[in-house]
Amino acid sequence: MAEPMKIRASVKGDDAEVKCLMNHPMETGLRKDAKTGALVPAHHITNVTATVNGKPVLDAQWGGGISKNPYLAFKVKGAKKGDKVVVNWVDNTGDKNSAEAAIG
Amino acid sequence: MNILRRNVLKGAGAAGAVSVAMAAGLLKPGMAFAADWNKAVFESKDLGSVMGAVGGAGAAAGDISVKAPDIAENGAVVPVEITSNIAGTESIIIIGEKNTQPMLAEFNLSNGAQGFISTRIKMGATSNVRALVKAGGKMYTAAKEVKVTIGGCGG
Repeated sequence: MAEPMKIRASVKGDDAEVKCLMNHPMETGLRKDAKTGALVPAHHITNVTATVNGKPVLDAQWGGGISKNPYLAFKVKGAKKGDKVVVNWVDNTGDKNSAEAAIG
Repeated sequence: MNILRRNVLKGAGAAGAVSVAMAAGLLKPGMAFAADWNKAVFESKDLGSVMGAVGGAGAAAGDISVKAPDIAENGAVVPVEITSNIAGTESIIIIGEKNTQPMLAEFNLSNGAQGFISTRIKMGATSNVRALVKAGGKMYTAAKEVKVTIGGCGG
């Protein structure tokens, strides 16, 4: 089961900045195991979505080229203190995770 | 022993949640979100075909800032920040020109999301980090070279 993800959102000027840190190995499928020489199967996040008060703001597709334990930050104009931000991800094995935070 | 028991309980809880979601019709078996993942582009190893597929071939230079280190000691974790000052920015694509799989990520923005993305990428070799921005049906681009001392693709 996926580890919890960290999310923090705060208002900066006209925008709210959302930062999140996900726990994921992000295997590209191209790396060889140092001991056995066999390819490590691909295991990475493929889709990330975010909503503010239920309205979609971000819809992303990722490859294995995003670093392990991915960091993501984005900005939303017009979001206010107390608005609810939800970030979801799903990986190529169908595993998924979600976190929410109120903008502070 | 206790740890094992806890894992078993945790696993059971997770399976329970999934089956509830399925019963509620939220999740159709066999259908994952990955269905709308552009496998052909992400797994392509040819920069030219990736650029063609995402519409970056004829992109004009635009007011985009690509912030990344000049030299990345560890290619496995290269912080990248992309800011598009182009009005009506709809999506941001990040490409590592010399990565085995050049297509790194695509971000579609809506409902007030600004032309700003900050993340961390892997880089296999010294090359350009290229940003493509779609705004008003047109493509714009900017790039920054990052020197990589140790590749991050573990090859």
